[in-house]
Amino acid sequence: MTLSFSFGLGRLALAAAGAVAIVVTGVVPQKAAAEEDAIFLPLTVYRTGAYAPNGIPFANGSRDFLQMLMARDGGINGVPLEFPECETRYDTAMGVECYERYKDGGAKGAAVFAPLSTGITYAIMELAPDDGIPIHSMGYGRAAASYGKVFDWTFTFPTTYWAQATAFIRYIAQEEGGKEALEGKKIGLIYHNSAYGREPIPTLERLSEDLGFEFVSYAVDHPGQEQSATWLSIRRDRPDWLMMWGWGVMNQVAISEAARTGFPMDRFLGVWWSGSEPDVRPAGPDAAGYKAGNFHSIGTEFGVLQDILEYVYDGDEDAARENNWGEVLYNRGLVNYIYLTEAIRTAMEEYGNVTLGGEEMRWGMENLNITAERIAEIGAEGLFEPIQITCEDHEGRGPVIIQQWDGENWERMTDWIDPMHDVVWPMYEESALAYAEEHGLEVRDCD
Amino acid sequence: MQVLFDFLIGPFFQIFEAPIFFVEVVIGGMAAGIMYALVAIGFAVIFKASGIVNFAQGAMVLFAGLTLVGFLQMGAPLWLALIATVVVMVALAYAVERVVLGPLVNQPLIVLFMATIGLSFVIEGFGELAWGSDVHRLDVGLPRGSFFVGDIMIDRFHLVAAGSAGALVVAIVLFMQYTKFGRALRAVADDHQAALSVGIPLRMIWVITWSIAGVIALVAGVMWGTQAGIQFSLVLIAFKALPVLILGGFNSITGAIVAGLIIGVGETVFEVYWGQMMGGATENWFAYVVAMIFLFFRPQGLFGERIIERV
Repeated sequence: MTLSFSFGLGRLALAAAGAVAIVVTGVVPQKAAAEEDAIFLPLTVYRTGAYAPNGIPFANGSRDFLQMLMARDGGINGVPLEFPECETRYDTAMGVECYERYKDGGAKGAAVFAPLSTGITYAIMELAPDDGIPIHSMGYGRAAASYGKVFDWTFTFPTTYWAQATAFIRYIAQEEGGKEALEGKKIGLIYHNSAYGREPIPTLERLSEDLGFEFVSYAVDHPGQEQSATWLSIRRDRPDWLMMWGWGVMNQVAISEAARTGFPMDRFLGVWWSGSEPDVRPAGPDAAGYKAGNFHSIGTEFGVLQDILEYVYDGDEDAARENNWGEVLYNRGLVNYIYLTEAIRTAMEEYGNVTLGGEEMRWGMENLNITAERIAEIGAEGLFEPIQITCEDHEGRGPVIIQQWDGENWERMTDWIDPMHDVVWPMYEESALAYAEEHGLEVRDCD
Repeated sequence: MQVLFDFLIGPFFQIFEAPIFFVEVVIGGMAAGIMYALVAIGFAVIFKASGIVNFAQGAMVLFAGLTLVGFLQMGAPLWLALIATVVVMVALAYAVERVVLGPLVNQPLIVLFMATIGLSFVIEGFGELAWGSDVHRLDVGLPRGSFFVGDIMIDRFHLVAAGSAGALVVAIVLFMQYTKFGRALRAVADDHQAALSVGIPLRMIWVITWSIAGVIALVAGVMWGTQAGIQFSLVLIAFKALPVLILGGFNSITGAIVAGLIIGVGETVFEVYWGQMMGGATENWFAYVVAMIFLFFRPQGLFGERIIERV
């Protein structure tokens, strides 16, 4: 038996010393002075609190990609990037505070704001047009904001909860032998009882009417540590398939409960925020077979991840892995800022290689066109699919994959699955136009 | 009319039609209640000895769990990790007495309560600095899986949780009744001034009380952590213990168990049979509704001591 006390006790001592230092000096380290000509990209993160296990890998992926660009290229086309972090604890009020604090940061204000929370997105998307800051809610937020004629300052690319719900139904139909086979099936949704968790319900209700399956839903209140009643209901109803829109501890408890109650894991499908390593680790091998959606691939074999290893970690793979390199949410944070830096490059084609503000960035996002060739140049071939944004389409109609937990690792198990765009786009339009009417907004002419 | 029927009569038809499932629901509720009680007992021990509502009990559950996992990840065998964690929790109790409670002796109880709110954030933050924010899988060899008695599904883990809670209560009662420290603790609980006047060291008693609460937090941390990993949302389970305490009485350990069972069964039965009609996710608020209804009739809780103030 070998006891490696040095690491843990060292951290314990460091923590104690840090606490003493803060108490004695009353200060915490301040960030370096901002570069005057840098493009300002504030990162909303949650490295503390109940949702930190999910927030940290995402934040590390975003930070490492931007650091790699700075180390390798000195920024974008010679223009440096400044990307301070703002801690939200996944709390809407703190997220709005971050937005207010950073919206005027840097030389030209924040170029873009990625709230990393549906609640924060809902809270600031009405403020952003007045402040001239585009909002990017990648795979979260208000799905109807994909309709750019109404939501000209909000972008949802590459896909939304509504689109994913239809992709899940398409996948289930494939597994069952076709859409016709869904008739009479029972499909359940266990969801976080919040704006985020309720997002897919209208889509699933609509599909239930169209395709003839029975839809049942189970709400779980924040934080979701105790779900025995919910799982008793699921055991009583015996749905053929169960989807989950969960977050944080709700995911871990639900997956453990599914294993405990004998729900067939390969018929349990989580949203992309319910399909990362922290979600399945507590259940470990018991969670084997559990599936989740995703809009990007997983793994470390991509050129862009190898560049991060070289430029950020000096080739030290252990250090990189300690920072979640290659994990599901790490790759998602990275992909988020690949999209946004490509939008910066697009905007620079129009405005030149200068410091960009929100107005220019909005143009870049609305004219974003990431082709297969460009994805290969970035070193992200296979990591995500080509995407094109337009004035009307702020989603880009991206596809999704299904991945599966084998007890130790996530493995991609399907090719790209197209959501039912013919179903969701009329719903986006209807919802967006209702929103425009309610808020007295003008509907843009994109022709 | 149909709505009234669905709400008032329908669920009882469901129970009558599927009585085996109803038994499973009751058993599931009892299991949930035992888990709440494990946290509530820690509150009750401290309240009984000092009159303080320890808001930091949830953070102590988290810290004990994190510390245990930390030692296990260093390669320590389970028995050594458990002992080391108990030592850390005793050290924490000593530090709390020295730094927080000692300087606040003779202050109003609300001041001490506020101090425990601050303490909760300090313990949480310190735990995060020391052990990181990851979700840690905890496997101490407790049985998993279920078995059937007739058609009724029984979870092995829940049996262990019930056994642990029972053992914990017996151990606390024996400690209180048959040890010198236990008697001193009861004396302090009855009357601080009288206990001081006969030479019982109040501050030492506080250290012992908080140490016991630390050990209870460790048991609760192991049970909750085995279910869903050791993670920072464990701090929030304090909110699940509060209605249990209100119902059982803040200073009653037996009350914590009985109230835990009532709350657990009540909220589970309500969620399963009535929850869907109300949009689901009724457990959180229903527990508080039950507790408040009891408050109308017994403000001191089911087993709490009657509050008599002489003027």
